[in-house]
Amino acid sequence: MSFQIDATVRARNLDVSLTLGQAETVAILGPNGAGKSTLLSVAAGLLRPDAGSARLGDQVLFNLDGGGRAWTPPHLRGTALLAQEPLLFPHLSVLDNVAFGPRSSGASRTESRETARHWLAEVDAMELAGRKPGQLSGGQAQRVAVARALAASPELLLLDEPMSALDIHAAPHLRRLLKRVLSGRRALIITHDVLDALMLADRVIVMEKGRIVEEGATREVFRRPRSQFAAGLAGVNLMAGTVTEDGLRTVATVELPSLHVAGDLDDEAEPGQPGVAAFPPSAVSIFLDAAHGSPRNSFPVAITDLEPHGDHIRVRAGDLAADITPSASAELGLEPGSRVHFVVKATAVQVYAA
Amino acid sequence: MNFSGIPRWVYGLAVVGGLFVLLPLAAMVAKVNWTQFIPLVTSDSSLTALGLSLRTSAASTALCIVFGIPLALVLARRPFRGQRLLRAFVLLPLVLPPVVGGIALLYTFGRQGLLGKSLGLAGIQIAFSTTAVVLAQTFVALPFLVVSLEGALRTAGNRYEAVAATLGARPTTILRRVTIPMVLPGLASGAVLSFARSLGEFGATLTFAGSLQGVTRTLPLEIYLQRETDADAAVALSLVLVAVAVIVVGLSYRRPHRADLPAEAAA
Repeated sequence: MSFQIDATVRARNLDVSLTLGQAETVAILGPNGAGKSTLLSVAAGLLRPDAGSARLGDQVLFNLDGGGRAWTPPHLRGTALLAQEPLLFPHLSVLDNVAFGPRSSGASRTESRETARHWLAEVDAMELAGRKPGQLSGGQAQRVAVARALAASPELLLLDEPMSALDIHAAPHLRRLLKRVLSGRRALIITHDVLDALMLADRVIVMEKGRIVEEGATREVFRRPRSQFAAGLAGVNLMAGTVTEDGLRTVATVELPSLHVAGDLDDEAEPGQPGVAAFPPSAVSIFLDAAHGSPRNSFPVAITDLEPHGDHIRVRAGDLAADITPSASAELGLEPGSRVHFVVKATAVQVYAA
Repeated sequence: MNFSGIPRWVYGLAVVGGLFVLLPLAAMVAKVNWTQFIPLVTSDSSLTALGLSLRTSAASTALCIVFGIPLALVLARRPFRGQRLLRAFVLLPLVLPPVVGGIALLYTFGRQGLLGKSLGLAGIQIAFSTTAVVLAQTFVALPFLVVSLEGALRTAGNRYEAVAATLGARPTTILRRVTIPMVLPGLASGAVLSFARSLGEFGATLTFAGSLQGVTRTLPLEIYLQRETDADAAVALSLVLVAVAVIVVGLSYRRPHRADLPAEAAA
C-alpha cells in the first residue's frame, strides 16, 4: 500500500519520481517555480502529464507510458487537496462544507453531517458549524478546510502551503493541528518553512527546476544539506565539488573560480567522489586582503547585499554569507560591490559526500 | 465627500441621458386616460394578450436557462477551436433586427423550412402557433442569459470546482452543488433580462408566429394593433407592459447578499 508517482510535464519542465509509504508525510521544499504545485496538481488529477504513471495502493491513478491512456478522474482518486487559501464554498454553511466530501461519495445527508461534526470537533471548530465561510477569520477558515479535506477520508492528502496565507498568530495553531491529524496519515506538504518540515514531515524532498535534487530524512537533510536550497533553509554556506584528501575541489561558479577548500572530511567521504563543503556564516570572517597561513580558506568575493540578521549583519556574496558584528562592518566600510575575502578556518568546514 | 474623479461636465451629460429615457415614459403616462384605464386593460383581448405574454415569456426563459447554462459553460470554461466563432453566432441575435430573426426561423421551422418539412410529415406544425412565439422569444433572448452567465463564470474561476473534484464530487454534482450556486446572481440577472426581452419581443414574433388572438398575439402585438383603432387602449396597455418590466427588473437587481443566500439552495 504505497503511493508511487513518476511524471513528466514538458510545458512546465517537470520530471519527478517519488514514492510514499503507508503513513508517511513528506515535505516538498524548493524555490518558487520549482514545480512543487505542478506535482500536486498531477497527483490530484487536475493536470494531465505528458508521460509517466502513478499508483495509489492498488489503484492506478494514471498510466501514460508505452502508449497507455489509463486515467482516473480526480473525484475517484481519493486525493484531497488543501490549498493556500481555504476555498470554502461560500454558499454552504461550515457544516455542509465539511459534509461535502462524504455527501459526494454517496453518504446520506444525516450520515455526512455526522461525519462533518466528528471532523469539526477534531479541529476544534464545532462552534463554527452554523456559520457561513464569509463570517470566519483566515485561521478559522483554514481549520475548517482541513476538516473538510479529512472528512473526504483521502488515501493521500495534498497540502499546498497551507500556512502561507495565515497571519503569524494563526499559523502556530494550525501547525499544531496538522501535526496531530497528519500523524499516521499519508500526505505531501509543500512548504517554505523549516519549522513545518521539521514538525510535520518524516522526510523532505527538495525540488529545483522541476527535478528532485535532494531527499532524505528531515533531520538529516537539515544537518547535512546537499542542495543550495536546503543549505539556505538550514542556514549554512554550501560549496559543491569533488572530495580530495584534505578537503574539496570546488566547481567553478559565476562568482568564484574552481578552488580548493580545506576542511574536515566525513568518515564516509572518499577522495574523488562528488561532495559538498558546508560551513556556518558565523564561522566566516571578512578581511580586505587575502589572509594567508594554513589551515585557513580565503575566498575572494564581491559583496552583493548587507542585511540585519539578529544582532549581527549578514553579508552576502552570491551564494555565500558571513555574519559579522555591526562594528566590524563599519570598520571595514562594507557596501554592496566591495571586493573582500571571506575567511574560514579549515576546522569549521565539514566536507561530506553529495 | 469622497473624491470621485468624475469631471463636472459628465454629470450634465448623465442628466441628459437619464431624461432621454425618463421623458418619453412620462409623456406616455401623461397621455393615459385614467377614467377608462381599468376597463381598457381588463378587456378580454387585453387580458388574453397579457396572459399569453406572461406564459410564453416564462416558457422561453425556461428554454434560455436549459440551453443557456450549457452554452455559457462551454464558452467560459474550456478553450477550443472555433470558440470565438461560436460565441459570435450565439450573440448574433443581439444585433440582428428581430424581423430578420423571424424570417430565419420561418425558413427553419416553417411549412417549407429546413426542419419544418420533416416536422410537418410527423404531423407537427410550429409556424403560427404558440410554440412559434416561444421559439421566437427564445431566439432573441438567449444571448442575454449567455452573456451574463459567461461573465459570472469567468469571474468565479474554477478553483472551487477543482477542490470539489478532489473531495470526490462527480462533474454533475460539482455543477449542481458548486458551480450553479456560486454564479446564481449572474444566472438570475441573466434570466430576468431574458424574460424582459421575451416580454417585449415583437418583430420576430409577428414574422414567424403571426398575430392570432389568444394563440400568438402577445401584448406588444396587441398594443401595436390597438394603436390603429384605439389610442387610449394602446397607451394603457403600454403602461401595463412598463409596469411589468419595472417590477421584473426591480426584483432582480435587488441582488441577494452572499452570506444571505439560502444555505441549502442546492443540497
